[in-house]
Amino acid sequence: MAETELAEDKALAWTVKVWRGDAAGGGFAEYAVPARANQTVLDIVTHIQRELDPSLAYRFACRVGMCGSCAMEVNGRARWTCRTHASKVVTEGGTLELRPLANLPVIRDLATDMAPFFDKWAKAGGRFQPKDAKDGEVPADFAVVPPASKKRQEADAGIECIGCGVCYASCDIVAWNPDYLGPAALNRAWTLVNDVRDGARRGRLDAVAGDAGCHSCHSTQSCTERCPKNLDPSSAIAGLKRSIFWRFLEPGGDR
Amino acid sequence: MRGQVHLWAAQRVTAALLAVAVLVHLVTILLAVRGGLTAGEIIGRLSGSETWLLFYAVFALSAGLHAAIGLRNVGAEWLGLRGRRADLAWLGVGLLTALFGIRAAWGLYAA
Repeated sequence: MAETELAEDKALAWTVKVWRGDAAGGGFAEYAVPARANQTVLDIVTHIQRELDPSLAYRFACRVGMCGSCAMEVNGRARWTCRTHASKVVTEGGTLELRPLANLPVIRDLATDMAPFFDKWAKAGGRFQPKDAKDGEVPADFAVVPPASKKRQEADAGIECIGCGVCYASCDIVAWNPDYLGPAALNRAWTLVNDVRDGARRGRLDAVAGDAGCHSCHSTQSCTERCPKNLDPSSAIAGLKRSIFWRFLEPGGDR
Repeated sequence: MRGQVHLWAAQRVTAALLAVAVLVHLVTILLAVRGGLTAGEIIGRLSGSETWLLFYAVFALSAGLHAAIGLRNVGAEWLGLRGRRADLAWLGVGLLTALFGIRAAWGLYAA
């Protein structure tokens, strides 16, 4: 029964346009793949690489939405290919278009260089700096942060980010201003600003201020709309703007 | 960096001022046109009034600065106009726009 179904499905083919190339440039190549009812976009990419063209470069690891490494542009929209059912995104004409993530340099084909993305996490002060433990020493005791406290909830709201880059690829401001830190890095900074154990608030707010930081955000919310984890970087960025604005009004706060 | 935060804050503050100023402006228009609008009526209301002069001066200054800061962003993002020279040019645009408005308000005050 299952075999018959598969055989029938194989008679139907989808046309997948895959961007092939490298940093110097490239273009689309077309592949015909079986139109199986139950497959993800990542399954299709793997099919192309294993059965049709072994030279195709792409990136994945966990296949189950935990690692965030398989993000690509599917029909012009950044998504996790491992959590995207092909049947839900294929066009009526049976076509799919796959490109590497936008706003990042391409290494080859569907694999982008994520270095600029993570460099910006560092620039945004994305590293936790314990208040009670100088120079990386281990604190004497566990810090108790009540789960119901407002700060803890603000921090928890953004903590599940796995750094897939979907928000970064979906952000117009990143496209217009290559220096802009982007939604993921700013979301991380806001998480740490709300972490009561952290001692680097001032420096971090300085790092995320200005034209390359939170103040360039137009709150168009593509990041929030497209985040596969349903996080809300747009609100995190608004929180950073608010914090910096109130600090700016404090006496001596603007130093 | 600090300057950029100041620009952002200035745009929010001028937006708040403009929200009130535009409302006052529109209500004034609605009231003023009842029964016909004449130059004499306008001058009668504004001439010698420090309150109206101050109101329109603040209004014009807010509008000029608010628009110039917004145009600075549009210029940077869509046209790639960045840096000190672009900033000074936008400051000039903002102050010039404000000056036109303030000059008109002064003209009516002094009329």
